Amino acid sequence: MSSKIEITNLNFYYGNFHALKNISFTIPENQVTAFIGPSGCGKSTLLRLFNRMNDLIEDIHLDGEIKIDGKNIYSRNTDLIQLRKNIGMVFQKPNPFSKTIFENVAYGLKVNGVKDTNEINSQVESALTKAALWDEVKDKLNKSALALSGGQQQRLCIARCLAVRPEIILMDEPASALDPISTAKIEELILELKSKYTIIIVTHNMQQASRISDKTAFFYLGELIEYGSTNQLFTAPKIERTQNYITGRFG
Amino acid sequence: MNKYIIEKIVFWVFRLMTLLVVGILVWILGFIAYHGIQVLSWDFLTKMPEEGMTKGGIFPAIVGTVCLMVGSMIFAFPTGVMSAIYLNEFLGEGKIKSLINLMTDNLAGIPSIVFGLFGMALFVNKLHFGDSIIAGSLTLGLLVLPIIIRTTETALKSIDDTYRHASYALGASKLYTIKNVVLPMAMPNVITGLILGMGRVSGETAPILFTAAAYFLPQLPDSIYDQVMALPYHLYVLATSGTDIETARPMAYGTALVLILFVLFCNLAANFIRSIKN
Ligand SMILES: Nc1ncnc2c1ncn2[C@@H]1O[C@H](COP(=O)(O)OP(=O)(O)OP(=O)(O)O)[C@@H](O)[C@H]1O
Ligand SMILES: [Mg+2]
Repeated sequence: MSSKIEITNLNFYYGNFHALKNISFTIPENQVTAFIGPSGCGKSTLLRLFNRMNDLIEDIHLDGEIKIDGKNIYSRNTDLIQLRKNIGMVFQKPNPFSKTIFENVAYGLKVNGVKDTNEINSQVESALTKAALWDEVKDKLNKSALALSGGQQQRLCIARCLAVRPEIILMDEPASALDPISTAKIEELILELKSKYTIIIVTHNMQQASRISDKTAFFYLGELIEYGSTNQLFTAPKIERTQNYITGRFG
Repeated sequence: MNKYIIEKIVFWVFRLMTLLVVGILVWILGFIAYHGIQVLSWDFLTKMPEEGMTKGGIFPAIVGTVCLMVGSMIFAFPTGVMSAIYLNEFLGEGKIKSLINLMTDNLAGIPSIVFGLFGMALFVNKLHFGDSIIAGSLTLGLLVLPIIIRTTETALKSIDDTYRHASYALGASKLYTIKNVVLPMAMPNVITGLILGMGRVSGETAPILFTAAAYFLPQLPDSIYDQVMALPYHLYVLATSGTDIETARPMAYGTALVLILFVLFCNLAANFIRSIKN
């Protein structure tokens, strides 16, 4: 199993606030890695560092390295557009654009300069199929995406990021705003996608982490407390704080 | 007196005040409508004034006001929208932004006659536009600029950042995101601001007093450097300084009614656009 993302001695600051403290670990390719931990421990912060979303925030500071496919993404010659194209992101609240279903999925293609209509059509169909949404929307591609249910909207957002053919997908609590049935569909989808994509998911739901992830990282107050295979971490955690968190004794 | 009765009395005082306000508004509108409707006719809307403006229509004043509404927006709308985009999308929170906001707020509070004076000094005299549609439009444009900036800024602010982030995460640049995600979502509210601005412009008298408005012009303008008649100024003329004020009175009411309808129409259109969005 090869590694996709390598994090070495990572420290991250919002102004003076030390949000991530000396973090080192490796995220494997084509597996699902879950980030868990109490609110404010830095899960989203770390996730957003992978596609450099935090660049948008003023007064931040980063030490250490994050390498994707062996390349330091914070080096000077990183092509930000190429990096982001390679990394899809799914947000907590479904956020399709107020455009048609088709336009939503085609958006990333157009951003990246694809003009050929046939190419766009086939990419849109393929992305929607991969996101397990094609059958539900194939007759209403030109309807507004906002008319879809919350769960469908979230799968549309997944299709939107699949369309640009990323290798990594970042998901920040992608199911926390959804009902149980939609959540189950998203989880099923994640399991299907992992053969082709490296998936990192932030979740507050312990069952969800244990159901869908291969590896789990537990964070606490900006530190990586424990990282290992999900099975081991949930059945025999090495550190007491992890044990306390997953059994719900604090958090 | 027990608490219950006091509460009842207070409640009734509040209710009466509200009724009073509504009553006065209805009275004003009813008064204008009642007197105005007597002269309102197709001829009134489409004919030139006749016999010292005591007969005929107000066609040139309608045309003039429409010219000024459109002209001021040609100037103020793109400028205001672009400033608002800069303020909300590019400029971070901080001293400069607060300063600019303070200035736009104060600009909105300047009495409109002052704009008129400034417009006369700059556009009419300094830039040699003379009393003209263009000088009036630019002056009115300055006056509504704060409205356009404010409504656009509010519209942009109401769009959740996750939409912008979703676009960046797909590799889009900031400019591409603004053009293809942010502006389309904000558009209904931005257009609402535009229409409210037009309503405001249609009723302003002071800014055009020394920059565009003509006392009486028997023909329509044929260039932007021509003077025009305008509804609010025409009303002022009819009510104060015509050759025969008493005979012209019904014409004044008719003009007032048309002016109110302009403003009312703009407000209703703005409301309508807002409601189809929600
Ligand atoms: N833009 C920011 N500026 C300053 N501090 C921030 C910013 N974003 C997050 N933080 C702080 O960094 C810490 C980590 O935040 P982060 O959002 O990564 O937590 P999280 O683990 O994702 O929490 P949650 O589970 O509630 O989403 C928090 O203390 C938070 O207040
Ligand atoms: Mg978070």
